[in-house]
Order: sequence, then C-alpha cells, then structure tokens
Amino acid sequence: MQIIATFVSGLLFGLGLCLSGLVNPAKVQSFLDIAGAWDPSLAITMATAVLITWAGYRIVFARRVPLFAGSFQIPPSSGVDARLIAAAAIFGVGWGLVGFCPGPAITALSLASWPAVVFVLAMLAGMGTARQLVAHHRSEMLRSARHLNS
Amino acid sequence: MSTFTPGFAAAGGALIGFAAILLMFTTGRIAGVSGFVSRLLPPYEDRQTIVRLAFIAGLLLAPVLYRLASGEPVALVITSRVPLLLAAGFLVGLGSVLGGGCTSGHGVCGTARLSKRSLVATSVFMAVAIATVFVARHVLGGQ
Repeated sequence: MQIIATFVSGLLFGLGLCLSGLVNPAKVQSFLDIAGAWDPSLAITMATAVLITWAGYRIVFARRVPLFAGSFQIPPSSGVDARLIAAAAIFGVGWGLVGFCPGPAITALSLASWPAVVFVLAMLAGMGTARQLVAHHRSEMLRSARHLNS
Repeated sequence: MSTFTPGFAAAGGALIGFAAILLMFTTGRIAGVSGFVSRLLPPYEDRQTIVRLAFIAGLLLAPVLYRLASGEPVALVITSRVPLLLAAGFLVGLGSVLGGGCTSGHGVCGTARLSKRSLVATSVFMAVAIATVFVARHVLGGQ
C-alpha cells in the first residue's frame, strides 16, 4: 500500500509541475528574473502549495500514526548551521543557472529532452559526491567519538 | 520571457500540496524529491528502494498523462548549453544533498511545517537563485 500511495503522490506532484509550468526552465527563470520581464506565476504556485500543505499537515498530524506506516518520519527543524546555508547557496546557483531543480528535471526526462538527461546525469553525480562526503564525515565523527570513549 | 498564468499556477500548486499531504497521511514521509532520488545512490541505509522508485515513476508518468488529458504538449524550453547544464546539475545535486532538501522538501513541505531549517534554506536558495539570474542576464548579459 505504501508503494501505491507513494506512486500516486509522485503522479499528483508531477501533474502539478506540468500544470503550473514549474517543469519548464524558461518559466522558472522568468519567475527568478525580477529585474527583467518578471512572470510571478510560480510565486502563486509556491504560495498555494505551501498553504495547502500547511493546512493538510495540521489535519494529518492530529493522527498519532500515518495510515500505512508505523510512524511519521520528520526531519529535524532546528540546527541552522553554516553547512545548511552554504548548501542552500550552492543549490540556488545551480537552480538559477538553468532553471531546473530535482523534481522538474526528473519529470522532464519523459518529455524526451536531451538537455534534461544531461542535467539529471550531472545532478546524480553531484548527489553521489555529496552522499560520499556526508558518509565520510559521519564515519570520521564516529571514529573520533570512539577514540574519546576508549 | 513567459506569460502570466495565475489560474494554472494556483491549480498546479494545489496538486503539489495534495501530493505532499497524501504522502504524509499514508506513509509519514516528506515529499522531498532530492531525498527520494539521492537515496537510490550508495551508501545504502535502508531497503526502501521500491518506494523511492514508485515516486519517481509517478513523476515520469505525469507529463504523459497530462498530454493525454489536456491534448496539449507540456511546454519545455531549455536554452542552456551542455557545459552549463553539467555545472548547474552538479551544483543542484550537491547542494540539495548537503542541505538535506530542495524546492520540494524544504521549499514546500518544510516551509509548510514552519521548520526553521527549511525556512532558512528556502530563503537562501531563493535569494541566491534570483541573484544568479540577475548576474547572468543583466550583468554578464548572457541568455
């Protein structure tokens, strides 16, 4: 049931990207270009998505557990550090340069767009590199923690 | 340049919101695309590969279904050349994993639950993306 629900969620999400135009890098860059021919459409998309999710989460979190899983898996909300800010800035540069973020780039793959394929391959390389860096950092931390304990 | 489409923009945003609510209600997860995609890569921490692939399969089916339902192709205009696509893709992948989220996980889901980390991340990447487009278009005068 988790697999079906996740598939339907992905489908709705992708349809939202197509309908809003968030899947289209030209539209995203027009939204980010506030000093040029600014198209504020995607500000409406973001605001609507956030408001609806905010309202829906309030109802969902009134339950103790999700429908098909044992617990809610919520990432930490606090702990703003330099890494978060640097990472968000790196992400922002990449997003602005082409107008693709991960959801639209993956969705655009099925539009037979070779630039989307190039972007996604590079994105996977970036993700893989970051996962190795994080794992390495974590094991270093563990090693030093063990060292302190012994 | 693109035209202002407030109705489609709001309807699309609503669908994205419903997708996020559905996922939290059924599986207890944040609808974060970079999380789903990046955890398909090593090192592996759990056995949730099929669930992640299911979300990605949904994303991939969406443009096909959209075309069938609306009778119109999905607009997609990418003017960037290959070196820029490679650099931008790498930065987006790197930044989203190091920062623990992208436009969906931080920008929509995290902002909606008023997570401090997500609010900061979203403000930073929005501001930097706007600055990047400004420099590329109006300072360097590129595409």
